[in-house]
Amino acid sequence: MNNFFQPSMNMSTAAIDLAGVKKSFGDKLVVNELSFTVGRGECFGLLGPNGAGKSTIARMVLGMMSPDAGEIKVLDEPVPARARLARMRIGVVPQFDNLEVEFTVRENLLVFGRYFGMGARKIESIVPSLLEFARLESKAGTRVSELSGGMKRRLTLARALINDPHLLVMDEPTTGLDPHARHLIWERLRLLLARGKTILLTTHFMEEAERLCDRLCVLEDGIKIAEGKPHALIEEHIGCHVIEIYGGNPQELYALIRPYARHLEVSGETLFCYAPDPEQVLVRLRGRAGLRLMQRPPNLEDVFLRLTGREMEK
Amino acid sequence: MGEGYAAAMPANAHNWVAVWLRNFLAWKKVALASILGNLADPMTNLFGLGFGLGIIVGSVDGTSYISFLAAGMVATSAMTAATFETMYAAFARMATMRTWEAILSTQLTLGDIILGELAWAASKAVLAGVAIGVVAAILGYAPWPSILYAIPTIALTGLAFASLAMVVISLAPSYDYFVFYQTLVVTPMVFLCGVVFPLSQMPSSFQHLAGGVAVGSFGRAPSSNNAGPPDARCRHTYRCALHLRGVAVLSVRGTVSSTSDAVRQHATENGDANDAILRDDGV
Ligand SMILES: Nc1ncnc2c1ncn2[C@@H]1O[C@H](COP(=O)(O)OP(=O)(O)O)[C@@H](O)[C@H]1O
Ligand SMILES: [Mg+2]
Repeated sequence: MNNFFQPSMNMSTAAIDLAGVKKSFGDKLVVNELSFTVGRGECFGLLGPNGAGKSTIARMVLGMMSPDAGEIKVLDEPVPARARLARMRIGVVPQFDNLEVEFTVRENLLVFGRYFGMGARKIESIVPSLLEFARLESKAGTRVSELSGGMKRRLTLARALINDPHLLVMDEPTTGLDPHARHLIWERLRLLLARGKTILLTTHFMEEAERLCDRLCVLEDGIKIAEGKPHALIEEHIGCHVIEIYGGNPQELYALIRPYARHLEVSGETLFCYAPDPEQVLVRLRGRAGLRLMQRPPNLEDVFLRLTGREMEK
Repeated sequence: MGEGYAAAMPANAHNWVAVWLRNFLAWKKVALASILGNLADPMTNLFGLGFGLGIIVGSVDGTSYISFLAAGMVATSAMTAATFETMYAAFARMATMRTWEAILSTQLTLGDIILGELAWAASKAVLAGVAIGVVAAILGYAPWPSILYAIPTIALTGLAFASLAMVVISLAPSYDYFVFYQTLVVTPMVFLCGVVFPLSQMPSSFQHLAGGVAVGSFGRAPSSNNAGPPDARCRHTYRCALHLRGVAVLSVRGTVSSTSDAVRQHATENGDANDAILRDDGV
């Protein structure tokens, strides 16, 4: 639904625009010459393993950290110089919860609304709809310290919506949640996208990126190694079925199936075989003792493995 | 760098109120314990020293020793309340509780937060000072109206010490360093400023030193028993206010600059490593 945006479109429609951004801590280059553009109404993902620089990028977009070089524009405001004006129209879900644990759910929303200059009456009038959105209607008077991890995350999401933002910056919104809680958040995020919000989402979870993002940028050590629509990236870099082979001697198997594979990758104990005609490979492996085989469609994990030679940590 | 600091300065004249209200809401939940805590220490000093030493000392500056000490305790408790609120509570909000980090993701700037924290610490100083004043008035050691006269000075004392403590927490690498400020600056202040004995008993070089520390005179201002005629008191308050305006303005500026680095560091450092600990503690 949000695929209308193309990076080459008129720049003034962009929600976020990074050009040649660099950031180091000491001698360590954490973000290197990064450029990307996020269109309005788009869900843009920053996908990379821990330490890739995702949070650092999110902080720079919010103006909470200054880049060493390069230019950042968010909602048409130069950042960090006028970041405050941009933040009036941004909602933030930080990587680590920073809710007021001693306050109730309702008090958290009240206090946060006041940071945006909203009066108590105005805030109280929108709290019910926020609680409903976060599925926390029955928890309004509960202290945050008594909420489950998933509920805290949803409260953080509700809190980020209090100023009716155009743009949401979400740093690993579902990390550490169980599958049920994660699916509930995904469903809420899709609803927000349907309402026309723009989302910048960081994740190390490829399934999340694949499900939610219109476009994404794959990062490794602060360097952009690929950018595009999830399915286009998978098609471009893999474009065929994958067979995961566990057990056996990888070297021996390598030689056996090499002629039928477009590409082979060894990672840990697993041999990844990318084959245009998986039957050819399976026929040669069937009946060999001690092997476990799994055939599946390719995903972003494969793209990352293909580009970096290593798996993304789960 | 320069432009970064400009963006961190207070954005307008009212943003800080939201921070003050946040702290007020948190305080309301523990108000009783907090007030009792504020009273306990100065009251112990007041009765311990007042009755104990009072017998030996007799009268000071024309009033009973315990009245003299009561005025000093008002100033001391204001100083301590503001210092501790900033050094421990505000530091926790900056470094471990991530409260500042949450606020910085809204349209508030670091300057707004600091202003709100300073105003809050000054409010707690007023509360602590007035609480002692009320107890002293009930017991007949101070006239009731003196509490009213003292409020502006108490508030300014609170602002000044909150500002100083704010600079300390932004520069000190960890909690352990706060103790230097406490033992080398805050504690000597009690003796340098005529809280437990009149300044005139000090060697003259110390008297000059004490004169330079504006706070020195605060100890006496609340005690209307010996503070001279009302207009003298007003002049006194005015002079303190001038001193303090300087301190406060400088420290808001200075603190924003130094804290912005500290905050960034804490915000990011706490990231991965400390998070597990923080979550488990439920801080
Ligand atoms: N304030 C900081 N000081 C020093 N190093 C930092 C700081 N913040 C992040 N880093 C380092 O920068 C790298 C990227 O961190 P981060 O942006 O948090 O990655 P991600 O969010 O992708 O896991 C990491 O190696 C991290 O240790
Ligand atoms: Mg991160």
